[in-house]
Amino acid sequence: MSAPDTEAQRRSQPAAAHRRILAHGLYEARLTLRNGEQLLVSLILPLLVLLGLHRAHAVTDVVPGIDIITPGVLSLAVMASAFTGAAIATGFERQYGVLAYLATTPLGATGLILGKSLAVLCVIAVQVVVLGASGAVLGWSPEPLGILWLAVVLVIGAAAFTALGLLLAGTVRAEATLALANVAWVLMGAAGGAVLPLDHHGAGALLLALPSAALGEAVRGATVDGHLAAVPVLILATWALVAIAAARKWFTWK
Amino acid sequence: MAVSFSPACLHLANVRYAVGTASSARGVTEILAGVDLTARQGEVTVIIGPNGAGKTTTLSCAQGLLRPSAGTVQLLGQDPYRAGAQLRARVGVMLQDGGLPQSVKPRTLLKHVATLHRDPWPLEDLIERLDLSAFLGTTIRRLSGGQKQRVALAAALIGDPELVFLDEPSAGLDPQSRQLVFALIEHLRSSGIGIVLTTHLLEEAQHLADAVYILKDGAVVRHGTVSELTGSAGEQHSSAVRRLSFAAPRAVTRAELDDAPFALELDSHANRAGARWGVPSITSPADLTELARWWERNGLFPAEISFEARTLEDVFWEVSSP
Repeated sequence: MSAPDTEAQRRSQPAAAHRRILAHGLYEARLTLRNGEQLLVSLILPLLVLLGLHRAHAVTDVVPGIDIITPGVLSLAVMASAFTGAAIATGFERQYGVLAYLATTPLGATGLILGKSLAVLCVIAVQVVVLGASGAVLGWSPEPLGILWLAVVLVIGAAAFTALGLLLAGTVRAEATLALANVAWVLMGAAGGAVLPLDHHGAGALLLALPSAALGEAVRGATVDGHLAAVPVLILATWALVAIAAARKWFTWK
Repeated sequence: MAVSFSPACLHLANVRYAVGTASSARGVTEILAGVDLTARQGEVTVIIGPNGAGKTTTLSCAQGLLRPSAGTVQLLGQDPYRAGAQLRARVGVMLQDGGLPQSVKPRTLLKHVATLHRDPWPLEDLIERLDLSAFLGTTIRRLSGGQKQRVALAAALIGDPELVFLDEPSAGLDPQSRQLVFALIEHLRSSGIGIVLTTHLLEEAQHLADAVYILKDGAVVRHGTVSELTGSAGEQHSSAVRRLSFAAPRAVTRAELDDAPFALELDSHANRAGARWGVPSITSPADLTELARWWERNGLFPAEISFEARTLEDVFWEVSSP
């Protein structure tokens, strides 16, 4: 064996797995929070919805009060970062070959997905602080114990919507991902039971199968009633597992 | 094939890659039809071939981005498709389309990729070698094609790899940048790093390559060192001649041209004393003897004769023409 080979074996080691994932999560979170379009969808639009609905509640009882609106807007924000934002960013990364390049680095495919998930959780943490504080200023008072359940629900919700976003980004063109992710977010937010609760009595119970409705109900269950709403959480977890399985089967790196 | 004593860092054996299924409307399309290739440490292995020959697919299989339909790939002794971070840290990859995030600045990207490695290449050294400093703070989207190429090359090398794949590293580079990239590749080779690259620039391939693989229709149709392929090595020296040209002592008549054993091409503007004639079909000493007899018969013994060596480009055209 030649001298250069010995030298080569001495170098070229990967950083520890947790360091790689943490580094990538923080890198992506910073990029997201510095991106104007992502900030618009993740923070500014949910904030405007919160303020708008709060004003509307002042003039009509059709719109519920701040204790219902705030968890709904949190759900909308989670969908914005975990689904719409992640799908669009990943779709264009796939188109430009960024995913393929990162898959060849020590990060690898698994590290890339875990790093992206961590970035989504970081952004959600910022959203909860900003939107929660704004809600509190407007009079939102969540159940103290419910904050713990809220964290559990948001992690499961983030997993479900990130997996759905990656499934979309990994299977269709970036431009189609952009359009579909935005339309789906608007529909799920406006009529999918995320922001405002749907009527789940009778046949309406089936609407709870929507991931947006399940997320909205689970977040409201945590913050309004202070408990973990088992059925919506199970539905969200099922969506997460199905979407992860589908993404593993159909996702392509380029 | 000349014997190399450098250890192999990449070995592809009968690698096939097909897309589609027999039941689909388009059926099965075979992109790679059995590629055999070996690259060695401290050597530059160049893959050339016409568009659609399977160069990038070969690299994708070698890098573990694609799983071959059949055959085996050994990258530093392991299957790259199932490889973990330990193997990926030892390999650098520059993709044909760059693989660069558009909204990020080069310094941010390179610093991030460096954090994925335990002992990366010193960033400032890489910046200096590739002359990146002028645009490190510019968003990648705003860089020229050549600047993006240099950033992509830096991203491939930041982990200080033992083997590096470069898919069209000189595409879009100006002559000055190309010199920088060539110098870096020479430096990598002298440091014992294996380099596998694809290129359409055959002059570049001839200059850099220790081994050349010519792909056509998804298979290696010829391989060897440059001198082996151009015929300038060993007993095949005769075919190293691409063309002979001579300076005629006087004008050549029509009857003499008709009598010539080979088709002659007039290189100069006019057929007169000292005009140069080219003979493109000289391939053996026997051909030269025949030509010399024609000179003797017609009293045309030239004042000066020269031979043009065959180049990789000649071999490429021979192989890739339909």
